[in-house]
Amino acid sequence: MSETAEVKVKEPLFSKKNKKLLTDPLNDDNPITIQVLGICSALAITVQVKQAFVMALSVLVVMIFSNLIVSLMRNLIPSRVRIIVQLVIVAALVILVDQVLKAFVYDVSKQLSVFVGLIITNCIIMGRLEAFALANKPFPSILDAIGNAAGYGWILIVVAVFREFFGSGKLWGIQVIPQSFYDFGYFNNGLMILPPMALITVGIIIWVQRSRNTKLIESN
Amino acid sequence: MDVNKNSYIFGFSAILVIVVAAILSFAAESLKPMQTENVRIEKMQNILASVGVEATPKEAGKLFDQYIVDQKLLNHEGKVVEKDGLSAFDIDAVKQYKDKNLSDSEKYYPLFTFQNEEGKRYIVPMAGKGLWGPIWGYVAFAEDMNTIAGSTFDHKTETPGLGAEIKEKFFTEKFIGKTIFEGDEFVSVEIVKGGQPWDSPHKVDGISGGTITSVGVGEMMERTLSVYVPYFKSNPKASL
Repeated sequence: MSETAEVKVKEPLFSKKNKKLLTDPLNDDNPITIQVLGICSALAITVQVKQAFVMALSVLVVMIFSNLIVSLMRNLIPSRVRIIVQLVIVAALVILVDQVLKAFVYDVSKQLSVFVGLIITNCIIMGRLEAFALANKPFPSILDAIGNAAGYGWILIVVAVFREFFGSGKLWGIQVIPQSFYDFGYFNNGLMILPPMALITVGIIIWVQRSRNTKLIESN
Repeated sequence: MDVNKNSYIFGFSAILVIVVAAILSFAAESLKPMQTENVRIEKMQNILASVGVEATPKEAGKLFDQYIVDQKLLNHEGKVVEKDGLSAFDIDAVKQYKDKNLSDSEKYYPLFTFQNEEGKRYIVPMAGKGLWGPIWGYVAFAEDMNTIAGSTFDHKTETPGLGAEIKEKFFTEKFIGKTIFEGDEFVSVEIVKGGQPWDSPHKVDGISGGTITSVGVGEMMERTLSVYVPYFKSNPKASL
């Protein structure tokens, strides 16, 4: 990234490179399945679709703002304390989001309650700050945040759909497996609700993804 | 400017922390009135929900004033007491339960009286502990102060799909019609595991996979209700 190149050619807003920032994390560079980041929250809050959705949305908001702020400050942050600085920014944003939710959408904030803390420690956020926002301009940083949050979010929601459907027979809290199935002896699979099944579901997604795109398989 | 100089790092950190602190405390202070109002409304909704009145946040205040005709404070011996500047609604059952510094005589137990066309209901707030954190709820009694007319439970951090199910209708509905007295003796309601005869009037089927939370609900009911027993017994309408 040389200074002269920046001045000479003004990059279009959605250049090929910028579009890649958005689309790559959705599939070939997915934060959960490829980078294996943010697994902890993928296990913890995918029991119900609604929670997964709210979590994905909150991570999106926090990521956009933290990437933007860190990117704007990237030349001011001393590299020796950069991790702490990132942590302070992320934590402050998460608390801010929590306070605003509590004041304006109280029901949603109750859904989120314990998971808000998890956003602070979400490795994806710190990972993107370190790997991208510290070295790039604000606009690409925002795109990178949106891409990664979306990549994180869709995996979360897919896993939650599986777990809620097979675990409680519901989707978004609404009963979808009719009572007649239960009358015939169908049972909800209680194991789906427990954390190990989240790991296995994520594993299956990784398996499908790598068998479709063999380039992703590590050679050793 | 050298951003890696020690003096710069100190200065930068100090400014960052002060700015962040200022933003956060400003946000917390300015949003506080709305947050406390939300908590108040939720409490009203919960109290009303225990007798089956579903109120939206907007109408909760109005319905609460309309239906809750009396609020009493009981001391730990089940006697009605008056305390200046303390209303039954202000008592935070969870806080009181968790505060280990309070002696029994400093604890107060609220009793809300609900009235509609069908008659009176007595609503008892309670708090206890589940598997991961506090649980709380409201149990409403019919005029005989023995039969449970409805209940609502909530929790802070119970496992979704397991212990967290205590707040679902299918669980709270099981309490309706159960009684807490056997003859003259207080027996409360016990939450039992499957395979046991829970069609007894003092037993409720627990939640599979949420045993510790279910047992917590039972413990919370027994401990809280035992305080109210003298009051319930002294009530002329009680049919024990």
